Amino acid sequence: MVTQAYAQEAETPTEENLDTAIDATHGEGVDAHDPTADTHTGTEAHYDDGHSDVFPPFDPATFPSQLLWLAISFAALYLLMSKVALPKVGSTLEKRQATIDADLAAADADRQKTDAAIASYEKALAEAKAKAQSIAAQSRDAIQADLAQKRGAAETDLATKVSAAEARIAETKTAALAHVDEIAVETAQAVVGQIVGTVSPDSVRAAVAKVKG
Amino acid sequence: MAGTDPIHQFVIYDLFPIHLGDEAAGTALNLSFTNSALFMVVTVAVLTGFMVLSASRSALVPSRFQLAGELTYSFVANMLRSSAGKEGMKFFPFVFSLFGFVLVANLLGMFPYFFTVTSHIIVTAALALLVISVVILYGFFRHGIKFLKLFVPAGVPAYVLPIVVPIEIISFLSRPISLSVRLFGNILAGHITLKVFSGFVVSLGALGALGWLGALLPLIMTVAITALELLVAVVQAYVFAVLTSMYLNDAVHPSH
Repeated sequence: MVTQAYAQEAETPTEENLDTAIDATHGEGVDAHDPTADTHTGTEAHYDDGHSDVFPPFDPATFPSQLLWLAISFAALYLLMSKVALPKVGSTLEKRQATIDADLAAADADRQKTDAAIASYEKALAEAKAKAQSIAAQSRDAIQADLAQKRGAAETDLATKVSAAEARIAETKTAALAHVDEIAVETAQAVVGQIVGTVSPDSVRAAVAKVKG
Repeated sequence: MAGTDPIHQFVIYDLFPIHLGDEAAGTALNLSFTNSALFMVVTVAVLTGFMVLSASRSALVPSRFQLAGELTYSFVANMLRSSAGKEGMKFFPFVFSLFGFVLVANLLGMFPYFFTVTSHIIVTAALALLVISVVILYGFFRHGIKFLKLFVPAGVPAYVLPIVVPIEIISFLSRPISLSVRLFGNILAGHITLKVFSGFVVSLGALGALGWLGALLPLIMTVAITALELLVAVVQAYVFAVLTSMYLNDAVHPSH
């Protein structure tokens, strides 16, 4: 019960202390030194037994010391950060960024080289294909022309042979036809000779010619 | 009883007394190395150690630790670049130092028995005034009298300017106040709340079996608030740095 009451109590004097402390700070702003010195000596005595009659954050007696050591420590921090720590981290980050950029650029260059190689390969392939096609077409045309020429030659050769053969046949035929009369006369003469006796060849020939009409 | 006093954690005491001036003459100046100063130095040491060690092996493919430092670096760099542009990057060490200092100080404050540097208004006010001083000085240095264009928004009709310009000036002047009070208030309130609830656990636990049961609720609250305060510690450092970046943008490009 005692301690709980203490906790309640602790709140109330705090509020009061706050007000007095605010007054003290206001006073300090207006007439510089005297109240500071007063509170300083006043609080100093009480600190040792852990009690204070001024709310500590508003105790102007502690201000000079805090300001001095804040200035010293913050200045030291600023110097350490700006001269030592931050440049080091910054250079590490920059170095990393530079490495990444260089690697990316190298990779990009490699990719472009690969693309160029692929493009030139495809171009060469297309050229070779076109060339092959043209060669094939050329040789086909040549073969066809050769074939046509040979066929034409063979056809004319055959045609002359056929016409020669036909001429010979016709010749033979006329010759044969010419011999037919003689054979007919001879045959008729022989037949008539067997039956009737000797007949003059001229009369037989005339008779044959008459029959033949 | 100091163990459950929620205000005790903010008390500043001397570690190495340095007292200047004469108390009797009213010129006494206490510049002692205090617990607050110790934690400022620890904050600087932790942040510097983290950044330097993580960058010590600047491998092309970073380890997890190295990546943590690099991600912090790029996080702040991207934040500043998106707010203040390429020109604002000359303030990168400044913004990084501010962000890192506030962040590490806030996080260190989450350790039990550790002092929270940012729970004192004088520290946050000094940082905020530093930011505004840099903005004003650089603004005038870089743009001369044209820096005052900051208070005259482009494209506003002339008859509205008598209203708009004072509003702009007031909003500019209120920046250091809001910047410092936001950080201070969040951290102070969070630590008081945490301490009050954990104090309940102790005081209820002293009451015996029933008290142990009753202490369960504030214990759960303490755990939840601890998580919340860790978030607040990071978010407030981020907010401080983002606002700093935006104010620096005004110094770099005042005509916007």
